[in-house]
Parts: sequence; structure tokens; C-alpha cells
Amino acid sequence: MLLAGGQGSRLYTLTERTAKPAVPFGGKYRIIDFPMSNCVNSGIDTVGVLTQYQPLVLNEYIGNGEPWDLDRTHGGVTVLPPYQGKRGAAWYKGTANAIYQNLTFIERYDPDYTLILSGDHIYKMDYSRMLAEHKKNEADCTIAVLEVPLSQASRFGILNTDADGRITEFEEKPKNPKSNKASMGIYIFTTSKLKEFLEADNEDPESSNDFGKNVIPAMLAAGCRMYAYTFEGYWKDVGTLTSLWEANMDLLGNPPKFDLYDRKWRIFYRHNAYPPHRIGASARLSNSMVTEGCVIDGTVENSILSNDVHVEAGAVVRDSVIMSGVTIRAGAQISYSIIDSDTVVGENASLGDAREGGSLLVLASGLSLPAGAVIHGGELVDKDNLARFIGKEDT
Amino acid sequence: MSVEGIIFSNIHDSDISELTRQRTLASVPFGCRYRLIDFPLSNMVNSNIYNISVITHYNYHSLMDHIGSGKDWDLARRSGGVKILPPYITAYANNANSLYRSRLEALKSVNYSLAQMSSDYVVMSDCNVICNIDLNDMISDHIESGADITIAVKYMRLSRTAAKNNTLVFSDETGRITDLLPYPTNFEGYADVNLNILVIGRKYLQQLVLDAIAHGYGSLTRDVLLRSLGYRNFRVYQYDGYFACISSFEDYFANNMQLIENTEMFDSLFGVESRPIYTKVRNSAPTYYSDSSRVENSLIADGCVIEGTVENSILFRGVKVGRGSVVKNSILFQDTFVGENAALGYTVSDKNVVIRDGVVLSGHSTLPLYIEKGRMV
Repeated sequence: MLLAGGQGSRLYTLTERTAKPAVPFGGKYRIIDFPMSNCVNSGIDTVGVLTQYQPLVLNEYIGNGEPWDLDRTHGGVTVLPPYQGKRGAAWYKGTANAIYQNLTFIERYDPDYTLILSGDHIYKMDYSRMLAEHKKNEADCTIAVLEVPLSQASRFGILNTDADGRITEFEEKPKNPKSNKASMGIYIFTTSKLKEFLEADNEDPESSNDFGKNVIPAMLAAGCRMYAYTFEGYWKDVGTLTSLWEANMDLLGNPPKFDLYDRKWRIFYRHNAYPPHRIGASARLSNSMVTEGCVIDGTVENSILSNDVHVEAGAVVRDSVIMSGVTIRAGAQISYSIIDSDTVVGENASLGDAREGGSLLVLASGLSLPAGAVIHGGELVDKDNLARFIGKEDT
Repeated sequence: MSVEGIIFSNIHDSDISELTRQRTLASVPFGCRYRLIDFPLSNMVNSNIYNISVITHYNYHSLMDHIGSGKDWDLARRSGGVKILPPYITAYANNANSLYRSRLEALKSVNYSLAQMSSDYVVMSDCNVICNIDLNDMISDHIESGADITIAVKYMRLSRTAAKNNTLVFSDETGRITDLLPYPTNFEGYADVNLNILVIGRKYLQQLVLDAIAHGYGSLTRDVLLRSLGYRNFRVYQYDGYFACISSFEDYFANNMQLIENTEMFDSLFGVESRPIYTKVRNSAPTYYSDSSRVENSLIADGCVIEGTVENSILFRGVKVGRGSVVKNSILFQDTFVGENAALGYTVSDKNVVIRDGVVLSGHSTLPLYIEKGRMV
């Protein structure tokens, strides 16, 4: 069960018309491709995707699940939006409520175990190993944890365990953390226990219907067998603009922090029919990723370019994430920026500041920046405030 | 009005024997990430033709692998879709149903399938024709003019060698074909060249094949078209977009290289609004350029990792070029691996070729070096 209804308000303009899991990532992926690909690579063939906020792009992207081999006669992918029932209609009130409202979906397939995932993390994980641990421990619930530096532990939900990995205590953002095991928001439940506690949670009018805040503490209090499963490897929450930018940069380098070239654990995505990319005579590329449909005549350094990006001669793109269909005209200079799709950057424009000491600049989709425009870092530029930056009312 | 498509996958195999030893002409790689059959298939799909038969001959394993269920061309369909027609040979094989040598014989050999066709019109295409053509417009033209057969042509300059590998079409001012000249040995200059794409009424096609069987005819151009010019209305359809006909290995090399040199040509093949060229999805990651890479004037597909120098070259999906290596004027097929400090010039490496560290290889612009599939050098 993939929770993909989040708004992702801290991604600001990037999620204005798109749910967070459908935000583009890594040139040709969307965030949801990572948990989806992890599922199929782990041998899971029945996936429910719970949507709520701005679902159009996400629904269209998931489609019949064909890119992930989830177009199945039995199972496959099912999009689960909130719905009107006999006793009225309700939005998903919290993560636990979203699953509660879809217990009938789970019952249709009657699985012994249910995996709950979020649609906003970048990582590669074999859930089948976690399930094997869950079975071995005869657990009611297993929570994946990441060992974070103790100094940062107070930002996470922290699990305290005994020597066998059995969870003794759960603390949400503790001031004085007793362990460095941070919950990744990935849960495996024995389905019968999940149903029992979701139904109880639903009866409780005081509950905010959230797994971390309500269901997990309730299960602990009831003495359920709950275990932590330690995940080792790359994991990144891309809930903020800076972390989204950082996660993109982690794809670069040789070897990169996060490897997309592993043929044994492929990340699947919905394909667009673009031609190969074309590198012109004056192009200079360094530590960058470029994909189909791009035409590069300028300089690209430490950057990720999505489909169909044009970088004209004399333009320089540094330390940036450029989404699909963006055109960067001759002589423009871009550094430390995220530029959303189909924006046009005029000739000799200067956008963003140097990465060292600067702050991230974000440009919304579909903007048209005139020649010579200058915008410094640390801004969020969209259609509504563009005029303020370029000194013109009509753009 | 309904239209079906027929694609001939093997007709010109012997033209580029290097590349067709282990595959049909239809599955020969072209333009960085495509196979030749992607062009006729995409042309048909982009013109709403969703019922396509691909006639095969031999060596069609790689073609079947490439096409799969047809879903990458939107051709995995309950009704219609893409259908591969292998040679139809009975247990009592005799000369009459041995392997075909020409399009007409190919059609005769799949007569059982032709007889079941029910569409109004049929579009037939060879697979060595690389173009991006609006078949809908051609079909409308065919219907409006009341032609029996409409043949797509492109008016262009031909060298003596190019003429030798093409069929020239001559027509009067109304567009009615007056003569066809297959593979002339002494022609040079401007002429209408046959694209080997034609539109024909389904009933006429079925009749024509039955007649050909009865008469023992072998060649579509010589035995059928030329004989009927006097009393049948055969017409030309002028096409003026990108067109390349691959009729020799040198041609193949030159036409690939032209995509790099001539960006307008590239755009007229790949950049046509609402008519993209589809191919098998391989789910590659983007291409990574390291800080030691130096790349210019090249076409590069996804999934490559480039740490060396690449100039005037075409790299297919999943190619690796190691640190210190220099690749110039070359075409490297899928998953070619070039180690460190190697040098390649005027080389075409087939799939999964491995070039070890320090190896230096070069062909010449008039004689490119070909390295066969899976070879380690």
C-alpha cells in the first residue's frame, strides 16, 4: 500500500499542480518510480496506490502499471482515491485512515502480510528481506529503520530496541534521543493485526489516524511483537526543495552515492518517445547527466538535465536540476537552481548564485525570462511574482 | 475507411550483409537507438494504422525480440495490432512454396493471410526506407485521385551508384506513372525515386496476388506494375521530408553520419510534430558524462557512461567509453564496452563488443571497419 496522497507543500511551486510522488527526479524518473520499482524488484505484484492531492498527473503516470510490469490479470496496480460510501464521503484524514478506508481492497487479495510505503523517498530496498525478518521474528509489525547520526536523531521518529531488535519504545522527535534508529515510514504488518488496530483506531475520536502518532504507539502499549529492521544503503526524503536538489546531485559522481546503472535493481519509469540527445561542436559536459531529446551546445557542469532540454552555445549551467522542455538561450548563466518544466531562459540572463555560500533558486514551470534578466539565489519565482524580478508587469 | 499495413522485413538483406548475418534488415540498428523497422512501424501507427503484418523470411529471431507484443508502438491490441508472418512452408515443400526472393513471392507465400484481410486499403512498405511520412495524407490522395496504386516518391539527385540501387519512377504532369526503371546502371541526375511505400485497394491486392500465382510471376515491379501501366491508373505521391534508403554498408555508415552533420535532417526525421519515432523501451538510466569526458558533435542514447573523448560519433544505449579512450567517426551499437586508453576511428561495433584497454583500431571513411556482435578485441 503506497501512500501517495501527500501535497508536499514544502516543494512549493513544484507541487502546485502535481502530487509529490509525481514530481520529476533524476532526469527521466518521478519520485514514485522508486517505491514502485522496489516493489516489483522485491517480487510484490499487487500494489494499491492511495491518492488524494492533485491526482491527475499521478493517475495518468501510473496508468495501467505497464512500465512496472504491474498490468496483471490478478493484482497489479490499483489507484485508490477517497470515495463516497453508504455512510457518507470522507477525505483520507491521516495515513492510518487512508489504509482503513481501503481495508476492502486488502481483503480482496487476502494477503498474510501488508507492506505500507510512502511515495516520497528515494532509495533501493529489497522488501522481501524485510519480510523474511518479519516472519522469522513472528512479528506483528516490523518497521524499517535507518541509523542516523545521533546529533540529527531528534528530527526523526526514533525507535528504541532491545538486543534482539524488538522495539521497546517509540519517540516522535525526542529532545534527548536514546538511540539513532530512525523510522523510515516503511512498515510490514501481519494483516490480521493491521485490521484489528486500524478498526480500533477508527473508533477512537481522539486519534489523528496516523501510523506514527497513533497506531504504532497503540500496538506497543498492547504488547504486540514489534521489530526494527535496519536498512543499510542510500535513503533520502525528498520533501524539501533543498533535499530534492541534493538527492539529484547524489546521482552524479563516479561512483555516485546513488547508482541508477545497476542492471540487477532497475528503476522503471513511463517512457516518452524522444530522439537521442545531440551534443554539438561547442559543448562541454562535466559530471552531468543528460537524457533523450536534449540538444547541448553550451557548458553543463554538475547538473541533471531532463528530457528535451536545450542549452544553446555560450550558455553555462552549473550545479542545477533542469526539468523537461526547458530552453536556455545563448549566453545565459545558471547556477545552483531548480528550473521546472518548459521554462524559457532568455539570452545572457543570469540566474542563481554560486553554490558555495549561495542559496537555491527555484523557477516554476512555463515561465519566460527575458534576455538579460538577473535573479539571485534564495528565491521562489513563479507566474505570480515573476514581474517583481524582471521589472515588468506583463510577461 | 479502414487501412492495414504490410512490412517486408527481409527483402534487401544481402545489401548490407555485414549487419544482417545474425538479424533481418528490419532489425538493423540505426540512428542511435532505433532499428530500421521502427520507421515503417511508427509511420503506420502515427497514421492510425493499427493492424500490421510483418512478413519475415529467415533470421527473424532478433526481430521478434525487438517487436515483442508490439506495446512500445501501441500495437498490443485485442483487435489488430502487429502480427509476424513467418514463411509458410508445408510438410510437402516444393518449388511453389519454397522461400521467397521478392515482394511478390513474399505476398504469394502469405496468401492464406492476405485472403483474410478485410480492410478497404493496404499500405505496403519495405523496411530499409528511413523516412517520416504522413501516410494519412498519402491515403487521402490515393482515394481522391481514384488510383489503383499510389507509390510514394521523392524527387532528388542521384549519383550513378545511388541510381543503381533504386527504382526510378517517371510520371506525366497529372501524376500518372508512365514508366518505372528498376536499378538502372547508367543513370545520373534528378529523378523521382521510389520509396517502396505504396497504397493499394485491398481487393485489388488480393486479385493481383492470385493472378501472379496463376501466371507464375516473380517481381512486383517488372511483372505486375510494368505490364499493367497501359490500362491501370498508377500514380505518384510526392514526399519531401527526410529519406534514406540503405542499400550498402557504406550507405549505412554515411546515412548515420549525416544525422550528426546535418541537424535539419535530424529534425526532419525525429522532430516532426505529433509524429515521433517509437522503439523498444529498454529502461535505461540517463547518460553520465564524467569530469574527464570530452564530447562533441555526437548523438548519444541513454544509459551510456562516458569518461573519455567522443567526436563525430553515434553511441547506442548502454555504451561505456573509459578514461583516456578516444572514439572518432564511429558507430557503437548497444552495450559496446570501450576500456581505457583505447582509440577507435571509422569503426562500426556491433552489440556487446568489448574493446580492451589500449587497443587502437581504425577503418577509413570509404571503408569503415566492422566488428561483429559480441567480439572481444
